Amino acid sequence: MRLAILGAGAVGRSVADLAGEYGHEVVALADSSHATVDESGVAVADALGSKDAGDALGSHDPEDVFEADYDVLVEATPTTLGDAEPGFSHVERALEDDRHVVLANKGPVAERYEELRALEADSAGSIRFEATVGGAIPVCSTIEDCTPQSVTAVRGVLNGTANFILTRMAAEGLDYEHVLAEAQDLGVAEADPTFDVDGTDAALKFVILANVLSEGGFSLEDAEVTGIQNVPGSALDLAAEDGRTIRLIGEATREGVRVGPRLVPENGALAVTGTRNIVQIETKNAGSLHNSGRGAGGPETATAVLSDVGRLPSL
Amino acid sequence: MSELDEESDDEPAETDGGVRAYTVRLELVDEPGELLRTLEPIANNGGNLLSIHHERGNITPRGHIPVEVDLECPPDRFEGIVEALREAGVNVIQAGADRYGEELNVILVGHLVESDLSDTLSVIEGNEHASLVDLSLAAPEGMDAVSSARLRLAVDTGRADDALETVREIADEKDFCVVEPLLGGDA
Ligand SMILES: NC(=O)c1ccc[n+]([C@@H]2O[C@H](COP(=O)([O-])OP(=O)(O)OC[C@H]3O[C@@H](n4cnc5c(N)ncnc54)[C@H](OP(=O)(O)O)[C@@H]3O)[C@@H](O)[C@H]2O)c1
Repeated sequence: MRLAILGAGAVGRSVADLAGEYGHEVVALADSSHATVDESGVAVADALGSKDAGDALGSHDPEDVFEADYDVLVEATPTTLGDAEPGFSHVERALEDDRHVVLANKGPVAERYEELRALEADSAGSIRFEATVGGAIPVCSTIEDCTPQSVTAVRGVLNGTANFILTRMAAEGLDYEHVLAEAQDLGVAEADPTFDVDGTDAALKFVILANVLSEGGFSLEDAEVTGIQNVPGSALDLAAEDGRTIRLIGEATREGVRVGPRLVPENGALAVTGTRNIVQIETKNAGSLHNSGRGAGGPETATAVLSDVGRLPSL
Repeated sequence: MSELDEESDDEPAETDGGVRAYTVRLELVDEPGELLRTLEPIANNGGNLLSIHHERGNITPRGHIPVEVDLECPPDRFEGIVEALREAGVNVIQAGADRYGEELNVILVGHLVESDLSDTLSVIEGNEHASLVDLSLAAPEGMDAVSSARLRLAVDTGRADDALETVREIADEKDFCVVEPLLGGDA
């Protein structure tokens, strides 16, 4: 497939780097100000080298990407809430041109799911978004394989930063602020960790899953979300007295979405440690399935993008 | 059982008045009339049915349907009921004198002491389906700072959500953060 990649951050550049290994070709790559377009294949290393050196990624305008002869648009621009722009318009444009779209950007899938599906219905192209939920962990494709109708609920840990903080608090008996600072030093938490610790990031992912289960109907606004900022070390100590611990757990069902700190058995499947993520897919006829692994990171997320590309029919 | 049955709809299963509440776990064969066949021996032997809890879609490895029946009866009649059930060919898995079928833990965080802990607890105990088994308080920064408490509640089978709703309400009112247990699924 010929890929046009929007976004040259952690995800976009990893997709560009790895595309060849997965048998695909990059014909366009853009960041917020520039693009490089070459129908015989973009020189990815050169373009990224130039960006790293503080120069332009290429000599084209980001707009030119849509004019390229591509099969799949990879949407890896920043996740935005509400109208989910500019991601949504990017997807719209590609579908109107009868191209496929693979998203890493959670915004459009969480906030405007029905509109995406309506655009897809009128297009020869289709959309996939495995990378939006749980990085490298196959979540959407597992649900697809089980068939969404037979999945009753999806629960789990889908934010590595919050999970790291709770794990460290429990292990070291330290308070939230201490551990958050440590996580920032280690690069596990971003300078502004708000969406990770207040539950928004996890909620977006569970909203996407609720949309998959119900064929739409949910946005962030519908989710009941509590963060971990108010969980003191003493609460983790009390949980441990009883063989339990606290994790930021999300739940998606056809009834709704809930994210908040919850008590789980210390040795249970959902009590993953560090930045690890896990989802438990509850099925009607086959009990629960657990998928666990790295929920974020450039190459991890890029593998989910490229797996989606591999699942697309040729246009 | 008609008279008693009507009463039981809105009255809690009190252990006074000479009757006690019991939970019986059964496994039924998936056949029409099975449930009715189960309920008859209970009524005929002086038991009053309080509730039947049957998880739809939940099937044992042998293909049977697990059902929990809450009933009340004078303590000396309980043995007879269980015997009658077994004689009727019903598979009785567990017959406990324990009124409360489930235990759940919940952690509250906030100004627990300053906001009248005993009032909080009595509101929770005011839920007819819940009873406080024990409480553990951690106030590392002193009683007038933010503290945490773990409450272990015994709740009637199938009433965990009801009990948690009471906890959520009082927490909301007093501005506590609640760490609820994850119910459902095998966490
Ligand atoms: N990182 C992860 O582990 C992960 C996992 C799952 C999903 N995601 C999602 O994947 C997306 C990308 O994540 P990331 O970590 O790669 O983000 P990032 O490092 O912040 O990179 C975002 C990239 O998008 C570019 N961009 C912004 N607006 C654009 C526009 N209008 N047109 C073209 N490019 C534009 C930025 O350009 P400049 O370089 O010029 O600023 C930057 O290169 C986000 O939506 C994120 O939520 C990330």
